[in-house]
Amino acid sequence: MAEKIGVYFDLANIGGGLDVQNLADEATKKWGDLIAVTKLVPELANAVSEIADDIAKEKLDGVLLCGASPRIDTELYRFPVQVDYVNLREQCVLSYKNPDGSPYIVADTAPKELQELALDYVQMGVAKLQKSNVPDSAAITTTPRILVIGGGWTGLTAAKEAASMGYEVILVEKKGELGGAVVNMPVVSPLGPMWDKKEESNLKFKIQAVTQDPKVTVYLNAVMEKLEGQPGEYVAHIATSEGTKTEAVGTVILATGWVPLDAKYLEPMGLGRSPKVVTAAEFGKMLVSGATIPARVAFVLDTTMAENAWKEKAEALAKEAEEAKPEEAGEATEAPFVKADLESMKHLQYSNAVNSVGMLRLANTVCEKTNDRSQAYILYKNMTVPGILERFYKKMQDRLGVMMTKADVTDIREVGDHMVVSCQNTLLGCDFDLDVDLVVLPTGLVPTTAKEVTVQFGYRQGPEFPDLELFDGFADSNYICFPYETRRTGVYAAGCVRQPLTLDACEVDAKGAVLKAVQCLEAAGHGVAVHPRALDNSYPVFNFVRCTQCKRCTEECPFGALDDDEKGTPKPNPARCRRCGTCFGACPERVISFANYNIDQIGSMIRQVRVPADFKKEGPRILILACENDAYPALDMAGMRRRTWSPFCRVIPVRCLGSVNAIWISDAMSKGFDGVMLLGCKYGDDYQCHFVKGSEICNRRMQNIAETLDRLGVQPERVEQLEVAIDEYDKVPDLIDGFVTRIVALGPNPFKGM
Amino acid sequence: MSNAILVVGGGFSGLTAAIEAAELGHDVYIVEKSPWLGGRVAQLNKYFPKLCPPSCGLEIQFQRIRKNPRIHCLTMANVIGVNGSKGNYTVRVRLEPRHTPPHNVDFTFLASTLEGEVASEFDLGLSKRKALYKAMPFAYPARYVLDTTTLSKADNARIAGKASLDPSEEAREIELSVGAIVVATGWKPYDVTNLSNLGAGSVKNCISNMQLERLASPFGPTQGKIVRPTDGRTPHSVAFVQCAGSRDQNHLNYCSYICCMATLKHCLYFAEQHPTTQITVFYIDLRAPGRYVNVLEKVQALPNVHFIKGKVANVTQSDGDCCCIQAEDAIRGEKLTLNYDMVVLATGMQPTLATEKCPIPVAVDADGFIAGGEEAGIFACGCAVMPLDVTRSAQSGTAAALKAVQTVKGR
Repeated sequence: MAEKIGVYFDLANIGGGLDVQNLADEATKKWGDLIAVTKLVPELANAVSEIADDIAKEKLDGVLLCGASPRIDTELYRFPVQVDYVNLREQCVLSYKNPDGSPYIVADTAPKELQELALDYVQMGVAKLQKSNVPDSAAITTTPRILVIGGGWTGLTAAKEAASMGYEVILVEKKGELGGAVVNMPVVSPLGPMWDKKEESNLKFKIQAVTQDPKVTVYLNAVMEKLEGQPGEYVAHIATSEGTKTEAVGTVILATGWVPLDAKYLEPMGLGRSPKVVTAAEFGKMLVSGATIPARVAFVLDTTMAENAWKEKAEALAKEAEEAKPEEAGEATEAPFVKADLESMKHLQYSNAVNSVGMLRLANTVCEKTNDRSQAYILYKNMTVPGILERFYKKMQDRLGVMMTKADVTDIREVGDHMVVSCQNTLLGCDFDLDVDLVVLPTGLVPTTAKEVTVQFGYRQGPEFPDLELFDGFADSNYICFPYETRRTGVYAAGCVRQPLTLDACEVDAKGAVLKAVQCLEAAGHGVAVHPRALDNSYPVFNFVRCTQCKRCTEECPFGALDDDEKGTPKPNPARCRRCGTCFGACPERVISFANYNIDQIGSMIRQVRVPADFKKEGPRILILACENDAYPALDMAGMRRRTWSPFCRVIPVRCLGSVNAIWISDAMSKGFDGVMLLGCKYGDDYQCHFVKGSEICNRRMQNIAETLDRLGVQPERVEQLEVAIDEYDKVPDLIDGFVTRIVALGPNPFKGM
Repeated sequence: MSNAILVVGGGFSGLTAAIEAAELGHDVYIVEKSPWLGGRVAQLNKYFPKLCPPSCGLEIQFQRIRKNPRIHCLTMANVIGVNGSKGNYTVRVRLEPRHTPPHNVDFTFLASTLEGEVASEFDLGLSKRKALYKAMPFAYPARYVLDTTTLSKADNARIAGKASLDPSEEAREIELSVGAIVVATGWKPYDVTNLSNLGAGSVKNCISNMQLERLASPFGPTQGKIVRPTDGRTPHSVAFVQCAGSRDQNHLNYCSYICCMATLKHCLYFAEQHPTTQITVFYIDLRAPGRYVNVLEKVQALPNVHFIKGKVANVTQSDGDCCCIQAEDAIRGEKLTLNYDMVVLATGMQPTLATEKCPIPVAVDADGFIAGGEEAGIFACGCAVMPLDVTRSAQSGTAAALKAVQTVKGR
């Protein structure tokens, strides 16, 4: 609790004709001794040392800066006490319009509604700071050891890099040897500048570097049995041929790579029907083993034939499944976990770049090994050799024995002692049948996570990564900007388990994952959050006395941060927590809080708003709970661009819509607010929520909220959740005004004035 | 000896490298030559494949910077000299004058009253900007810039005596001690004036893909309406010319990685805004690596988007400010001459260092990509190394942060 606050008004950034002295006086009048200093400063940025002096002299434990948005110049105001802001510029003066909708021409004296808006915000700001505490430390003693699962190209790179950072490494490999898929690839695609040559993989040296590093412990023939605990203090149970080994580890890198797509998918192209049809991976093995290279080899990159055949099959199967659909089970019971097999034809398509690069390498090798006596044909729909690897493409095709054409491959059949590949729509101006001795088909890279449970989380929410089906089984996220984020804190996927990558990209990916793993380990040691609230030292605190073991928090946490005991009492793991507050949004008993963000705090802010009794004369009051990640900046930018919205709205930023607790809506309704708007990120498959599930969970809770309101005799239409993206600053004012119009049509909240 | 890290370039890879290293406890200096962070992605309307706004990711990055006292941002800054060796570099940085205060002042009104104007670099010439300007609403730092050369006489009088503006501020130099250097100098769109057969930028309504991004952007020259620059009319027929400069030994001798995906994304922009517009995409290969094939399939299913495999020979002006394309359909072997309301050149990425001298002692190949530097504690990332999309730039930036941290750790 802040007990001695300094309130500073930034005159240069308020304007709008507001009577700032009156705001200061009203705040002092209301809060008395809580406010030890009130100052109107000509320009806040020039008052930094003055504020610092006040903090020291008056022993302030909080400062409230009233002026521009909290997103502006934040780095200037780093004080050793709690700092909060009242946004009187972007979301007050600049976005203000008159109650009748006409634009506000700035006058010497602000209209009553604007003055009142500003005063509400100041009082809300003081209330927020008053209810805010400095969090205790959540620091834990960490194990400086990183677990790398998978000893292929990516895993080996990660192990070596982590060891070079000074951390111990546990490397777990399923097979009896290290190296993974590269074992069968002595020659590989480019690993560095000039990006134009086949290179020796030098896998041997990569393996040596790991096995000879005293910091690395390797377990071969080993898989994960269970990972329990939290970042910094995970315990890994590893099943080995000598029984289960238990290792304390800090964080985890998942580099379990891929398995080849089942041959059945390529059966329509002849695989399995003739020994003269092989996959690229198999052909690579043949080359390694020194098998004789046939005279004519077709490398077929166009897999439309197989795709179409499987599309038909999939449609038929879907129809069958639809018809055979069992009756909905009555009571939803907790079904035992069954790993869904996510392997599909899609994996072949997703491997397009890896195969284009791989086929070029193989075709070139064929010609090289036979001095161009063998002829290699590459038949492609799109040569997917993006980026700098174009140089490799050019070099590889620049070989006497390599012949390439775009072609729709319509048939592959065995005729006598050879194969015939039918090609249409080629660049040769005609359709043709190609006679070859061997057909090489692409390899589908199926991420191991599509087939098996790799990490075996000992989590309340189950052993598996959530959402795998969204990414066709890849251990990926849909973050574009933050590729390493998964919904399991402290576990970072890299390499082909995340997406099909060429070896150079796997190395980059491994390094990045090591950085994230080290960062998360250190963050746990300092008791601070990782992405997206990096360095946040707050964390949820549980008042177990009042907990009814309803399990909502453990079920809803997007990151599975909460485990529970047999009775269902939640067991927090602060180092897994991303501090979104979804748990406290879920809690019907309101037993969860952050020191600096809690139910009571927002409730108190809501209660600070003066709600006029006369709706007709003084207008409605609308509460907007806005996601601080996207919606709040969008409102700021709207204000900056002089877009305006109804002066009857009061905005409170929330960490995520997932943190919105139904009690706030009841608070608002009993206070007399006429409507509550929840403004947050897009949800669904292309979600933009920074905490992945927050806005979706909020939406699911709306049903309950509607029922509660109904019971209270309040129309459920008074509460709406609306989606807004950060760049919809020109649309969001209309979104707000539309809601206000709907509320006005509903008339006043029946609780008003009660 | 210093355990601080210098990051040259404040685009997405540089930002990522800097923030990731700083969140591991290292002091980081970002030296960015333009007035704001964000680089090329700040100019984009949406990212593929999700069509989400880039400013969303930038906002998170900026929040991370605001909260982290270890990150020092130097904008309008250029490295002018580097001395020393791995673990122990002294870097001289020149800071150009901004002429505005070191904190945010809302100059919106004052800026609007100025009369001097110049073509906007940020909008790639599609709009004009004033002398006092802030290129984007989410700008970080949120500060205006005063470009004194664009002030008219009347403007000079208008700003005279404004305490918050200092037109006489001069450039200054500072020195930084760092142990490792990350080079994230990024890319620029290939200069269309080099593409004489494609109109060299002089054919009306023949724009570049980056210009289309600006047209589609809510803070772009048309507030997001995709229209013809000459008459503001909705284009009913549009052609995309893929590999405009890329995969061409006379121009860019490599594939630019993102242009196929960018064009597919642009088709989706049209499908949303002008669903009846007929679109033709002329391509060599449609490169949609990995899970991006889903975007390709989505666009191929659109009724009004047509793909022709073939290279465009030339673009010329035709009646009504339309664009005439001559191309060859490589499958049918036909020569085509077709008219379009608008043509979009899918221009490629040229590394910044192809045309600008690298301020850091590091090897650069013939195309301008960085090749080496690791032994000297210099790590390149992002599109300074190879053409990449945003996700891979972020990976690359994170990897560079690791190598930089390894270099300075324990010093």
